Amino acid sequence: MATTAHGAHGDHAHDDHAHHTPTGWRRFVYSTNHKDIGTMYLVFAMVGGLIGGFMSIAMRMELQFPGLQIFHDSHQFNVFTTAHGLIMIFFMVMPALIGGFGNWIVPLMIGAPDMAFPRMNNISFWLLPASFTLLLISAFVEGEPGAPGVGAGWTIYAPLSSIGHPGPAVDFAILSLHIAGASSILGAINFITTIFNMRAPGMTLHKMPLFVWSQLVTVFLLLLSLPVLAGAITMLLTDRNFGTTFFTADGGGDPILFQHLFWFFGHPEVYILIVPGFGIVSQVVSTFSRKPVFGYLGMAYAMVAIGGIGFVVWAHHMYTVGMSTGAQAYFIAATMVIAVPTGVKIFSWIATMWGGSIEFKTPMLWAVGLIFLFTVGGVTGVVLANAGVDRVLQDTYYVVAHFHYVLSLGAVFAVFAGWYYWFPKITGYMYNETIGKLHFWLTFVGVNIVFFPQHFLGLAGMPRRVADYPDAFAGWNYVSSIGAYVSAAGLGVFIFGMILAFVRKEKAADNPWGAGATTLEWTLPSPPPFHQFNVLPRIK
Amino acid sequence: MTDQPISPARRRDLVVAAACGAFVACMVGMAYAAVPLYDWFCRATGFNGTTQVATSAPSSVLDRKITVRFDANIGPGLPWRFAPERTSIEVRLGEVVTVEYLVVNEAARETVGLAAYNVTPLNLGVYFQKINCFCFTDQRLKAGEKREMPVVFYIDPALAKDADGADLDTITLSYTFYPQRESQRPVAEAAPASRPGRI
Repeated sequence: MATTAHGAHGDHAHDDHAHHTPTGWRRFVYSTNHKDIGTMYLVFAMVGGLIGGFMSIAMRMELQFPGLQIFHDSHQFNVFTTAHGLIMIFFMVMPALIGGFGNWIVPLMIGAPDMAFPRMNNISFWLLPASFTLLLISAFVEGEPGAPGVGAGWTIYAPLSSIGHPGPAVDFAILSLHIAGASSILGAINFITTIFNMRAPGMTLHKMPLFVWSQLVTVFLLLLSLPVLAGAITMLLTDRNFGTTFFTADGGGDPILFQHLFWFFGHPEVYILIVPGFGIVSQVVSTFSRKPVFGYLGMAYAMVAIGGIGFVVWAHHMYTVGMSTGAQAYFIAATMVIAVPTGVKIFSWIATMWGGSIEFKTPMLWAVGLIFLFTVGGVTGVVLANAGVDRVLQDTYYVVAHFHYVLSLGAVFAVFAGWYYWFPKITGYMYNETIGKLHFWLTFVGVNIVFFPQHFLGLAGMPRRVADYPDAFAGWNYVSSIGAYVSAAGLGVFIFGMILAFVRKEKAADNPWGAGATTLEWTLPSPPPFHQFNVLPRIK
Repeated sequence: MTDQPISPARRRDLVVAAACGAFVACMVGMAYAAVPLYDWFCRATGFNGTTQVATSAPSSVLDRKITVRFDANIGPGLPWRFAPERTSIEVRLGEVVTVEYLVVNEAARETVGLAAYNVTPLNLGVYFQKINCFCFTDQRLKAGEKREMPVVFYIDPALAKDADGADLDTITLSYTFYPQRESQRPVAEAAPASRPGRI
């Protein structure tokens, strides 16, 4: 895909500089070009998404009926849930939204020739396949006694991940997270430097497109939270292998400390997954409503506020560890405050559409779908924020439904919105609008059938992370599994649409979206030349 | 390449990147600093059921009674038997009580253990005051040795004023003995009265 996509760029290589343009495998393995690296991130995210998606289908097949169908034992099922979570977070959404669209579009939008540290950009990407390989290896070495793989959930709580998994599988997973974290931190440093130092003349911070703002907020969250995860899992690693007792009571440690450290990372992490999506939705909604974004500064600082508050609400993931009523009241209040800047964003998107000349092209469908479904997930989030309610619902399918509405239907819809929006720019080809819309509607219907019934299962008390369940839960689980197959069909349509676009090679215009697309990337040819902005654009 | 002077723009890039790198290093440091800070926080606030250390008896005793249940466990790798002399006792708030635990070393060699402890409900640890406890120090038992070990405690009458404890009628005090290596904790032995830095 990648080579085909860039085969066309030669037509545009009209710059008179005698640049040596690398070809073949060197072009990608040694790449220092933000667009090629962005393409590799996108391809990597697709591979990660397909593997993680395959795992979710396997889990839904298992859960379609009570009893064990396709898994030998529940540990194997837990290995799938763990890997599904980690892969979708670290090897699908983050590479797609930050590494992929961030690398591709941020330099174009701010009028920069490339990233600030192109070689560091290369290592940021190439750490990821190594990290992914380690995670895949972990599924094949012993975890629990006599059984392969990590079944401790993506949260890898001690002591299940320490004395509960004596085999080396957890060590592989920890090292995988270390490397993925290093990759993201290097990427974050690169983005911060690029956005601060390489904006075109006249582009002040308050004139940056909202997608760039969203990336800036995201990389700051990465810089703050990932080192804490790295510290926590290093402690876990030394607890497991070198006799330290950070999280074991026999030497004075406390497993609850791991939960605090993990969620200090974990809560900002979920904003890392969705905030770039907010940026994409802002660009798409503005483009297809032919109006500038309503309340630009409010939108930018709402993201800053969401990121900031995201660091002081972590204990709402652990209401049941025995906090005082006062502490719980604080975390409830702080969590609910996040609904305010999020509401600012939702209402500003609606206000942007209000009175606009709306065109429901495929990217716009995904963006509007996100606004609707993310709001549903946000509302269940406000429900779960209440410690009293959470005592009933924690670790049930209600929580699964909640975070899939904001991430699977939020972040993933953002990935597809961005994908269809920038596909003509990135590849130079137009996708087929009908197939794009079919992809959207199949996915929209499918994922809602998957996740909406899970609210009912959760309210009825079905716990998470179980391979088998009482017959009472059979009905809605069956419906949920049918939805998973509908979504998988949607994914098939997506792949077919992409192949068709590359076969038909219908040329995309420099700006296929018309007057609403005002950001700098649409002033360049589609696809952009290997090196852009030899003369820096001036922003008035 | 290397002999070219670094341009001002490049220098600016490097400054930003170095600042970010230093920040990342600080955050890793903060993660590790969280370990002693969390320990201190638990001891200071009774968080996570951490009991408190008192030096004297309280000035007042209230009429309200609470049942205190006693739980005794042995961690893996310690050949001991460990049980409270009775499983529960009714105490008045502010009343100083002494309870004996019996521990027996069933091994044919000297072994050392140290007890980890907390109370449930986990959010009321701040009201559980221990004047003296075998858990403050390492316990060294000779082969086959039996020992009666006292816990002297009271429940802080301030509990009566806390809404969290309004309908509380039972507190469970739990101990788990974990094996200690020989002379691993010389500080505790040298200063038995010092505040225990353990959860």
